[in-house]
Amino acid sequence: MSSFGEPIGSSVTAAESPAGAEPALGPGPDEAKVIRRERLALLLRSKTFIAGVVILGFWIVCAIFGSLLAPDDPLRTNPVSALQAPSSAHLFGTDTLGRDVLSRVLVGARDILIVAPLATLLATAMGTLLGLVTGYFRGFVDDSLGRLIDAILAVPVVIVGLLSMVALGPSTVTVIFVIAVVFTPVIARTVRAAVLSEVQYEYVAAARLRNERAPYILFGEILPNVMGPVLVEFTVRLGYAIFTIATLSFLGFGIQPPAPDWGLQIYQHYGLISGGYWWPVLFPALAIASLVIGVNLLSDGISQAFER
Amino acid sequence: MSATAPEPTTVRTAPALELHDLEVAYRVRGVWRDVLRGVTLSIARNEAYGLVGESGCGKSTAAFAALRYLPRNGRVMGGSIHVDGEDLLSMNDAQVRQLRVSKVSMVYQNPTAALNPSIRIGDQVAEVYALADAAGDGSDERAREMLSKVQIADPASVMRRYPHQLSGGMNQRVVIAMALATNPSLLILDEPTTGLDATVEGEVLDLIRTLREEFETSLLFITHNLGVMAKMCDRMGVLYAGRLVEEGPVAEVFDRPSHPYTVGLLRCIPRGGVRKDKETLDTIPGFLPQLGADLPACVFADRCGLAEEICRKQEPPFHRVSDGHCSRCHFYDRANTLPRTTGAPPVLGESARQEPVLQARGVQKTFHQEGHAIHALNDVEFALKEGETLGLVGESGSGKTTLARLLIGLSPPDEGSVVELDGAQLAPTVNQRKRDQVRALQIVFQNPDSALNRRFSIHRILGRALTMLTGQRGEQREERLRQLAHSVRFDVRLIGARPAQLSGGLKQRVAIARAFAGDPRIVVCDEPTSALDVSVQAAILNLLVELQAKQKVAYLFISHDLGVVRYLSDRIAVLYLGRLMELGPADQVFESPQHPYTEALASAVPTAEGTERERIRLVGEIPSASSPPSGCVFHTRCPRYIGDVCKTQEPELREVEPGHFWRCHYSAEQLRELQKTPPKPRV
Repeated sequence: MSSFGEPIGSSVTAAESPAGAEPALGPGPDEAKVIRRERLALLLRSKTFIAGVVILGFWIVCAIFGSLLAPDDPLRTNPVSALQAPSSAHLFGTDTLGRDVLSRVLVGARDILIVAPLATLLATAMGTLLGLVTGYFRGFVDDSLGRLIDAILAVPVVIVGLLSMVALGPSTVTVIFVIAVVFTPVIARTVRAAVLSEVQYEYVAAARLRNERAPYILFGEILPNVMGPVLVEFTVRLGYAIFTIATLSFLGFGIQPPAPDWGLQIYQHYGLISGGYWWPVLFPALAIASLVIGVNLLSDGISQAFER
Repeated sequence: MSATAPEPTTVRTAPALELHDLEVAYRVRGVWRDVLRGVTLSIARNEAYGLVGESGCGKSTAAFAALRYLPRNGRVMGGSIHVDGEDLLSMNDAQVRQLRVSKVSMVYQNPTAALNPSIRIGDQVAEVYALADAAGDGSDERAREMLSKVQIADPASVMRRYPHQLSGGMNQRVVIAMALATNPSLLILDEPTTGLDATVEGEVLDLIRTLREEFETSLLFITHNLGVMAKMCDRMGVLYAGRLVEEGPVAEVFDRPSHPYTVGLLRCIPRGGVRKDKETLDTIPGFLPQLGADLPACVFADRCGLAEEICRKQEPPFHRVSDGHCSRCHFYDRANTLPRTTGAPPVLGESARQEPVLQARGVQKTFHQEGHAIHALNDVEFALKEGETLGLVGESGSGKTTLARLLIGLSPPDEGSVVELDGAQLAPTVNQRKRDQVRALQIVFQNPDSALNRRFSIHRILGRALTMLTGQRGEQREERLRQLAHSVRFDVRLIGARPAQLSGGLKQRVAIARAFAGDPRIVVCDEPTSALDVSVQAAILNLLVELQAKQKVAYLFISHDLGVVRYLSDRIAVLYLGRLMELGPADQVFESPQHPYTEALASAVPTAEGTERERIRLVGEIPSASSPPSGCVFHTRCPRYIGDVCKTQEPELREVEPGHFWRCHYSAEQLRELQKTPPKPRV
């Protein structure tokens, strides 16, 4: 993504070589390297971006090496030591079944960091396809698909989740499916808007003027130019996906027990808060919050670096 | 040190604007880059000062600095700015705001973007008075007065409208009214007429001139159009890479340019009716340096034909050429001897074939919008011979681009229109045409930035065109690609670059190469140089002529720049409201007798010679194509209006001289007689 987000006519050059003489070397390919290097330097100086990388990096390490880092087996129940407050033995305390909350929080990163990106990727792919088709063909295609998109957008996530659980049975695959169905229309709209502004450019007309077929124009010519908005949309949706997965788990429609999922942990323990048992809820909640914030910081950092 | 002698007539007060050694830099991707490198200039009271230079030279930056209104990444790094004797850089924000309200105003290039689309004109103008004067008493009344001063016929009704309901020229009047509302001592105009039609441009310039006398305002006029500069300004400065390289009275600089850059700029434009077979246009070699690049002692040395050892070592002082005329060149006294960069024009042989390559008859195009039928093109008829250039001119809205898109098959004509290539009727849209027909008829778009896919390398852009249009692949295609790049003088070493890494001129060369990939018979050029600087324009025009001489390709050349059209065209067609008003050999169209519309169009163009024909005012705006006037569509604005016959009878397109057609009730003899004197203004 070397020149992602580069505005049209961004280079600051405007002169010309004589028609008769050998043209002098202008701002050549080296310029691209310089721009890339300067962008990278800017990115590495961005506190927002670094903070995002650190937070997300921490959770990725947990997702990969969680079981090695965890002081205890996250699934091992120990009814004798149930609901112990945080102490030196259990830094984050234990839950109702006596499982170590710290271990469950660390290992719990894995499920969400697999499910959320997969679901977002699927939604982005389908949304991009839909956005390209509706934006390029307009007319009947746009009208009919547009109404369908509006219809899906009107249905609350929870309803889609509930119906899917009933129809498909509760599983991780179902969660991915629900997220994809709910996010596809949102992404399709963003991509459609980007495509609409691209179609006005004459390079699309130029492609038609050498007898290119629609699929080539869509995927060969237009898609590379809307990759910027698509990538930004992906990172933004990723944050929402994490949040939505946690919500579905909290409602019991998502990842199923005994997996150490964060939302699930909150769901299983939130009734105990009034009894003073705050730790099995607070720590997974903080984990969700920090991951969402991390992803958002990263996405802000990237878009800022490309705007400048 | 002020480089200019004070105007003898001015009272001894502070200049309206004084920049001293001004340095401005922009922070781009985290690095500060110099844009202005020590600019010193001063504008006396009641003086019109023009700044010229290619885009990227820092003209607009200088203007924005004078308002202390730099973009967020811009900063004044050194020097001083005085407006009316007040030091702008030592002011706090409130004082700067007060200064912008009372002393300096600005008029921008795009009037439609300068006005708020959701506020009525009246409220926007009145707001300026309310700001200037806390009480804001009678601001509506004063707004109405101001609008009538900018020659808006019915200010009361205009005040009730929104910007989108007015034309570009009308909006620019409103912007000027707002700028002059508080009687500023300095008015900054940044390319105020660049987006406007020639006829409207002429009117707006006249208006600015009149108002300037009335308000006794100093002008800082920024333009790339040397003709406009000659018409509007007393003194001018030439900016190159953030340095003022020459300064002096306009007539003096045009007469005796004393910096090689100025000499080059003046040689780039087709002047005095020169044509492609007589003279090539001179160009300025090389590129404008990148923003913030390291420059030799003389900033122009790298592109200068006169540069010697000393130019790289020692910065030239601001030599005095004559009174008030200075040049920053070691060899200012022989700047005029700058060697030409281009040779003799190519020989354009007459084509042996007499039958036309392209023939259009009875071409109609109707757009349907909310139940209204808009006749964009009406009974257009012309033929194009091999190796010939047909220039197409007319105001915006006349149907030029519609005709171009229709010919190349991007939008279908109405049933019954005849468009024939080599005698065979062309299918209405491009995907129904045969490959040979598609490759024979290509286009060069106006803006190379949007015409080239910015994600692709030049190699891929041209390679794909070759594959699709000629079916070539592999080594054969690579060989052809190199030939193609060479034929448009595009350095093959840059073939891996992406469009954003190339200058505007190089991008347009690629776009031209793409059009020529399939050895076309006809290339439609839709304003191919209007997005480019004059020096680049000259090189592109030279290239088009050269390609035409080699390949016998015919051009349909669309432009609003009559000088360029005249330089390039063999024949010229004039469109008005989708109708062909005049069609004939280029020389005849530009000489009397000519159609009254062409006469008005030609008279509106300011020339760099400064010698001006008396401008013919066209009354009112171009009528809407959805309800064109009865009879002759031009009768509502015609300066040679006869009477009822024009209102009731539409004249036929008839041959008045051999090969010269027009749509007017007058005969050639009558118009030749009439056009000896300028028309009386119509009421």
